[in-house]
Amino acid sequence: MVDRRREVHVHELAVGQAILDTVERRAAGREVRLVMVRIGQLRQVVPDALQFAWEMLTDGSALAGCRLDIDHVPAVVRCTACGAHTTLDLPVLACGTCATFDVELCSGEEFMIATMDVAEEVS
Amino acid sequence: MGRFHRHSDGTVHAHDHDHHHDDRRDVGDHSGYTETGTERIEVLEHILAENDRIADANRRDLAAAGVRTVNLMSAPGAGKTSLLRRTIVALGERLRVGVLEGDIATSIDADALSGLGAQIALVNTSAGFGGECHLDATMVRAGLGRLGLESIDLLVIENVGNLVCPAEFDVGQDARAMIYAVTEGEEKPLKYPVMFRTADVVVVNKVDLLPHLDFDMGTFLGNLRDVNPSAQVIHASARTGEGVDEWCAWLSDLAAAERDRPQP
Repeated sequence: MVDRRREVHVHELAVGQAILDTVERRAAGREVRLVMVRIGQLRQVVPDALQFAWEMLTDGSALAGCRLDIDHVPAVVRCTACGAHTTLDLPVLACGTCATFDVELCSGEEFMIATMDVAEEVS
Repeated sequence: MGRFHRHSDGTVHAHDHDHHHDDRRDVGDHSGYTETGTERIEVLEHILAENDRIADANRRDLAAAGVRTVNLMSAPGAGKTSLLRRTIVALGERLRVGVLEGDIATSIDADALSGLGAQIALVNTSAGFGGECHLDATMVRAGLGRLGLESIDLLVIENVGNLVCPAEFDVGQDARAMIYAVTEGEEKPLKYPVMFRTADVVVVNKVDLLPHLDFDMGTFLGNLRDVNPSAQVIHASARTGEGVDEWCAWLSDLAAAERDRPQP
């Protein structure tokens, strides 16, 4: 029997750790206040679980108190045949208008650290 | 250096005041600064960029050694190890097989595969915090160092049993294979699309149990096609041996493709 709750949290822990490693490297010792990430809905990341993992990982670290802003980008496809855009509810890449599978993915696979806000260095 | 510091408690002061007063404050581009004393930095890095860099290094090393690599993924209990036992025996002299065995903390699976003529290296994943649910490129890199790559044609990376995490982590494989047991139901491709979408081949295992199950193969294959129209499907039973030849043929084709291709 798979403990699915744990499975999800562990996955987000690994993703959170990867974000943390990159942010720490880029911050180079400066105080980081906010990290903004863009994660598409086709990635299997549960925002609440990632938020929870982030608090756990940063607590007691140099990034303690740093907020994480998750832009959970909807999965959108564009139909090659009729040109319609469809926002997907299911991970099925199909046109919502003419039902063809001949579509291109416009968004939904993002997995990016977009920006980070660091304390301004007065020089 | 006479630089002012703003500490997190709000105090502002300077060290080693050497009269280089901050007459440069109005110089330069401060457009990225906000009023609250923070500077917004564009990072624009893929979240798993570091993992992917190491995965590329693995891929280069494996290609240089003439090894083709398959990343074998499934839920726990789908039959990866049982199928692998059959596979190693069936491939016999045809291919020299190496196995990197990802396991949370035990050597049970690695023990089950020993003595069949394949090189086995165990990668326990319990060491990394948050890394216990999948193999990442760094763990695989460590495992590669324990295998004699020059005497391997085909490397099978047996990932940790999990339908979520292994799908996101590139480990340097040439192809991704998924073992799916018919006991898992028809709907999983829609619930775990990331793994199903990335699979080059899906081995539908435990088909010997079909007479005892309500599993509807047509519905499952429809769901699979919805998320992954191009994956090859092999019906198999690690218990009876059905489909093992077809699976071995797929692996042999993968291994042969490497030898035909000139090395970069």
